[in-house]
Amino acid sequence: MTRHTLSVLVEDKPGVLARVAGLFSRRGFNIESLAVGRTEYPDISRMTIVVSVDELPLEQVTKQLNKLINVIKIVELEPTASVQRQLLLVKVRADATVRSQVLETVQLFRAKVVDVSPEAVTVEATGTSDKLDALLRMLEPYGLREIVQSGMVAIGRGARSITATAVR
Amino acid sequence: MTSATSRQAPGESPRPGPRPKPAPPSGAPIRVTGAQSLVRSLEAVGCEIVFGIPGGTILPAYDPLLDSTKVRHVLVRHEQGAGHAATGYAQATGKVGVCMATSGPGATNLVTPLADANMDSVPVVAITGQQSRALIGTDAFQEADICGITMPITKHNVLVTDPAEIPRAIAEAFHLASTGRPGPVLVDIPKDVLQETTTFSWPPELRLPGYRPTTRPHGKQVREAAKLIAAARKPVLYVGGGVIKANAHAELLRLAESTGIPVVTTLMAKGAFPDSHPQHMGMPGMHGSVGAVAAMQESDLLVALGARFDDRVTGQLSSFAPHAQVVHADIDPAEISKNRRADVPIVGDCKEIITELVDAIRVEVEHSDKRVDLAPWWAYLNGLKETYPLGYDWPSDGTLSPQYVIERIGSLVGPDAHYTAGVGQHQMWAAQFIKYENPRTWINSGGLGTMGFAVPAAMGAKAGAPDKAVWAIDGDGCFQMTNQELATCAIEGLPIKVAVINNGNLGMVRQWQNLFYEGRYSQTDLGTHKHRIPDFKLLGEAMGCAGLRAESREEVDAVIKQAMEINDRPVVIDFVVGKDAQVWPMVAAGTGNSEIMAARGIRPLFDEDL
Repeated sequence: MTRHTLSVLVEDKPGVLARVAGLFSRRGFNIESLAVGRTEYPDISRMTIVVSVDELPLEQVTKQLNKLINVIKIVELEPTASVQRQLLLVKVRADATVRSQVLETVQLFRAKVVDVSPEAVTVEATGTSDKLDALLRMLEPYGLREIVQSGMVAIGRGARSITATAVR
Repeated sequence: MTSATSRQAPGESPRPGPRPKPAPPSGAPIRVTGAQSLVRSLEAVGCEIVFGIPGGTILPAYDPLLDSTKVRHVLVRHEQGAGHAATGYAQATGKVGVCMATSGPGATNLVTPLADANMDSVPVVAITGQQSRALIGTDAFQEADICGITMPITKHNVLVTDPAEIPRAIAEAFHLASTGRPGPVLVDIPKDVLQETTTFSWPPELRLPGYRPTTRPHGKQVREAAKLIAAARKPVLYVGGGVIKANAHAELLRLAESTGIPVVTTLMAKGAFPDSHPQHMGMPGMHGSVGAVAAMQESDLLVALGARFDDRVTGQLSSFAPHAQVVHADIDPAEISKNRRADVPIVGDCKEIITELVDAIRVEVEHSDKRVDLAPWWAYLNGLKETYPLGYDWPSDGTLSPQYVIERIGSLVGPDAHYTAGVGQHQMWAAQFIKYENPRTWINSGGLGTMGFAVPAAMGAKAGAPDKAVWAIDGDGCFQMTNQELATCAIEGLPIKVAVINNGNLGMVRQWQNLFYEGRYSQTDLGTHKHRIPDFKLLGEAMGCAGLRAESREEVDAVIKQAMEINDRPVVIDFVVGKDAQVWPMVAAGTGNSEIMAARGIRPLFDEDL
């Protein structure tokens, strides 16, 4: 199975998220990551869905997704031809004895500290899931107190816009 | 489900004051209630009949319905009956069937017929009442999230939260239900949205940016298909229900006759191609004819038209039609290559596809130097037809043969009538032994396999085709699930005929218990024979129908003729038949189609049992 990133343009209507999520689970697919947000058009939302699935079932789930009346357009974004980002917030145990080491790691990953207390720091980082996994591995020895991650968002490289062609 | 959700103030008349009758729609907006807007929208969209039951939250809609001269309401006895009636109406007429129910249990009772219509791609619009907007999400009385519940079993559904949106919601629902791949659409309307004053204007603008079904086929794909068809030595036209939905039966006949290719019609496609036609090989699948099943297994080219390679047709997928290339034409791109990979996919409306195929094949044949001779293929297929005709044995215990009863109904009533069926043995026999010559004359529950479908579907079909005879071929198990609608039929002037093929058992389950569970008949004896409970003749009479019974071969024709002469009320005939009759041929579940067992007299795997 390979990982695929789907950008799904949907009408901004109640229940759309349930329709999309329900379709995946109903047809036996597991969503790895899901992010929903607004677009430059007020009545269109954009979902970025990451699924691990083979080529043929992917074609089937894409076709089924296209059948949902509120789904306007689906584009698969190749990792090489798109920018893909996730946001991570992590609370790391960092008292005075190890704080400088923790901060060094944070700098190495071009992450930043957004909150500090005597026993811990909260780190904000963005990147691909691989980069964020690497950061977490480096911070783990100090003690990870709490992790929260957003779904992946992705956008194609170059000047072309998938929303512009969808609303024509 | 008729308990009102709001209490009437004391002294208040239940129908306050006269109100303007809904006028024919004109362009200019007029002031109406949401409920009036709903009824006007239904009138404007061409809805002639609604099957339903009123109740608390849908009550406002029933008030203007009383004044409508265009929309007839049929008060059914159970919402499931309303849903199947809408389906029967839609299948018989090709129009959109409409059912209406109140919130909560009224709406959830529509779940089975909506799932049924979804599986069989039937254009149905369901209108449900919903609790008032302020109460939604509070577990209010008779509240159910019917949009959430029916999401996976409708083509689309919508909760209308603004009365101004009602005309658009109705117009979109009918448009979605009837175009592309047809299917059920549910419109859920809160009670206060029906009560509020709003404006009505028609036609509304449809706003469906994500809905663009492809109807025109791709020319290149059609030419590719034509090339394969012209070159195939063992081609088969594998015809599904989509051909009937697309009204493409005339085009199909032209395609078949101009190419000489054998035709198989699936359970959903019976009537798309005349059963009497010499090129018809019969029905494929689990209980298909040996000729149809073998034709597909041996084929080098399957031309699937509006069919979906259902597991009941393919049997074990890996061994299905192993030598065949596949041309797959369907309006739903998601069906293509879903189960069997298509070599040439064609997305579009079957009517257009077949029309273009006929032309493209002619061009292909004209430009090719050698013509493929289908004579050897036909020699093989005709041999199969002769060796393995559909047939049945009379029960050895002297009881009446169910197949004989169904065959006689088909012969005496003829191919102009509509036939509906429940699900099980009687359904398969009705598919096998009644000869269908015209589209929309065979109405059954194919995909979902809904027991109890026959009576309410017949009711809907009769409402849509009042001048045609409508026969429900039902089983005694199925009949006991939905026969309450006989009362509706009797009172509403829908004189259907119901042939209860009464073998006293859940026959198909019993057959499987006989074949696969060593004859251990667990919970399949309904006692209908032993105790004559219920007495179907008396039950029919109690419901305002004529009740008849036949128990021997000699009585069968007379009783059918008697039923044909009664037209002032529905007829229920109790055909008491043997319980051991089985549906043959049969491809056991999970086995390959080449393992098809038991053509007439040849039952290689079950010699001991039979």
